Formats: sequence, structure tokens, C-alpha cells
Amino acid sequence: MHSEPLPAFAPESPPTALIACPECDLLLQPVPLIQPRSRAQCPRCGARLYSFYNDRLEKLLALSCAAVIMLLTAYAFPIVGLNIQGTYIETTVFGAIDKLWQEEREVLSGLVFVTTVMMPSVELGAILWLVIPLWRGVRPPGFAPVFRAFQMAHPWAMVEVFILGVLVSLVKLSHLADVLPGPAIWCFGCLMLLLAGLASLLDPYTLWHAWEDARATPAEAMEP
Amino acid sequence: MTTRQSAARCGLALCEVCGQMSPLPPAQTPTRAKPRCARCRSPLHLRKPDSINRTWALLIAAYLLYLPANLLPIMETHSPFGTDEDTILSGIIFLWQSGSWLLALIVFSASIVLPLVKLLSLTYLLWTVKRGSTRNPLGRARLYRLLELIGRWSMLDVYVVTLLVALVQVQSLASISPGAGVVAFGAVVVLSMLATMAFDPRLIWDRAAERITQESPHA
Repeated sequence: MHSEPLPAFAPESPPTALIACPECDLLLQPVPLIQPRSRAQCPRCGARLYSFYNDRLEKLLALSCAAVIMLLTAYAFPIVGLNIQGTYIETTVFGAIDKLWQEEREVLSGLVFVTTVMMPSVELGAILWLVIPLWRGVRPPGFAPVFRAFQMAHPWAMVEVFILGVLVSLVKLSHLADVLPGPAIWCFGCLMLLLAGLASLLDPYTLWHAWEDARATPAEAMEP
Repeated sequence: MTTRQSAARCGLALCEVCGQMSPLPPAQTPTRAKPRCARCRSPLHLRKPDSINRTWALLIAAYLLYLPANLLPIMETHSPFGTDEDTILSGIIFLWQSGSWLLALIVFSASIVLPLVKLLSLTYLLWTVKRGSTRNPLGRARLYRLLELIGRWSMLDVYVVTLLVALVQVQSLASISPGAGVVAFGAVVVLSMLATMAFDPRLIWDRAAERITQESPHA
């Protein structure tokens, strides 16, 4: 147990004390969570409401730094290598996207780029943008638009589906030639686990609560 | 304190970005400025605007593309012996016959069963909401949550084609190029995901609000 358990959702000024379930709109009185790694659910529809982790910002920071390293390595190294009668072919994510573009499937190429490269990067970039200043006790500039960018990017980052796609292609190709899994597969695998961890650590209520506790940026403090 | 009310009925709007509650004046009052969240300045509304119509539009588009996605070839294999065209189903049959039955099952669920289940379930949710059904809102809410979770897995075949196209490029032996079906297939996945996002699950509960039993969140 943590020595001084902080309430996950401290009571605020009266008009904002109530919350509503985001999925069924039931009006609720939030209860403070004391047990670490616990989460509150809507009693009516079971939706996730908010959660409590100790050292949440530190954990978020650690996981997202690891995820950035994994992301960059995953892009830099080949995913799969193929040996067809002495000819060795290997491809990276960008190589595969580029190949689709050359085959004049620009829409498809764009879709793969957005779901495997752009959205995971936006998601991670947004988390780092929000968490690093909050961890130092400062409000990050542009908190609301960056948080919205994270929410928008999250459903479109499909790293785990991509990994399954790699596995299926490996099996399909193994009938045709010798296949060699590249280093990027392992990086994508780690990335998948890290992103899942990040998703369970982040929830809007507590992040915004940390934002309210943090010092205003100099620009905001200047405003009357 | 215990409440049985929906926030909307109390004139409170939940900010979808930051979770802040704000009083929202009734829609009848003509206000020039659109209401915005006091904390994060995002636009406020009680329910997603025009949710039902937007979901229907995206859903119908997805239904229309479902047929070409499954009938048109998703990839063409060129070899000295001629050109082979593969649809989604023939790819699964190939996997099954070559002994990878587990993988065949995974691809079959992700590419054929999931998109259809998703489209039919969304149709069912829209239809019951439109009828104002009060039956089993919890089951329907869980169904919606499941749809949000599984929708992305249908992208599987798009990635498989991408990787096969990039790797199998031996001019004298075999080369694979993407077919028109895979574009339609990707469009079905994207449209059905957009349709799921456009749907507002709170509509399920608006008519069934009388059956609440418990009041406060439990950990």
C-alpha cells in the first residue's frame, strides 16, 4: 500500500462535483479510490470511469519513452526477409508502403501509412507532450488540442493488427520460400504491449485533474 | 447522494474531451455562440449531433462496398504460368488446404465474419434506438463496446496484401500486385469504424432510463 493514498478524484467545487458516465449519461457521485490499481465502473452500463494508480505520471513517462524507442527501431529495421532461390528480399514498413504507392494503390498505401506510422506516432507524441510537463508540475501548452489529438489517434493506431498481419504473411510465404522474421517484428511486439499498458494507465479524468493541480504556464499566468 | 437521472435530463452536458460537467441551456434559447466547455474549450452537446443519420449514412456506404470487397480479387499473382487472382475467400481456402487451419480460421473470422457481424449489429442498434426500445439496454451497451473493440481487426487482410506485395517481387519467378478488392475492403473497415464512432451509445439508455437499480459507482 502507498503510505498516503491520494483520492483518484478529489472532491471539487460543488457545481462540478458530479460526473456523468460517458457511455450511458448516468449522473454519478464519484467515490475516491484508495486501493492502487483499482478502477471505478459505471454501475448501470459497466463503462470505465476513472482509475487510480500510484506514480501514474512516472509510469506513463517510462512506458512512453520505451515505446518511442521501439517505434523508431521498428521503422528502421526490416520486418520480414524472403529467400527465393538465392534472391534475398527484405522490407521495412516504409518499403512496403512505398511499394504500394508504386503499384498505383495510393489510397491503400495512405491507409497503411496512417494506421501503422502516423497514428501511433501522433498517439505517443501527444502522451509525451502532455506527461513530461505535468510530471514536472507545469501545465503543458495546448493541453486541450493535444489531448483531443490523442483521443482521435488512439482508435486508428493498429499496431497489434499489423503484427497479426505479419504472422499470417509469414505462414503464407513459408510455402513459397524461406522466410526470416526481421528485428522489427520484435519491436512491433513490444510496442503493442507498451501501447496497451499506456491505454490502461491513461484516463481523461485524472489527467485533467493533474492539469488543474499543475502550475499555469507563464503565458496563462499573464492573462487577467 | 444518490441520483437516478441522466445528466442530460438535469441540463448538464459532459465534455467528451475532458469529462467536465457544464450546465447547458435548452436548445430552444437562441444563442449566437456555440456552447463550449469552460475548462478545455471543446464544443459541448448533450448527445453527438445528428448521430443516427450520420451512422446510417456511413453504414449504408459500408454495406455497398462489402460486396466488391469480397468478390473482387484482392491480389494478383503473376508467374510464367499465367496470372492467378485471389479473392479473400480463395486466400482462406488456400490456407486451409495447406494445413494452416488455425490461421485460416483467424483470417476467416477477421475478414468475413467480423465485418458482417459489425454491420448487422450496428443496424440492430440503430433500429432499436429508432424504435425507442427499452429491452435489454445493458446487452446492447455491451454489444456496442464489443464493436468498438473488434472493428480494427478486420484490417488484417490489408496488411497481409501489403507485405506480400512488398516481398514477392522476383520478376522471372513470381510477383504479386494488389487487386481492386483490397481497396474496397479497406474502405469497408474505415467506414464501419467511422459509423461506430458516429453512433452515440447514450441513445440506448435514453428510453430505458427507468430501470436503474444502483446509484453510485463501485470500485
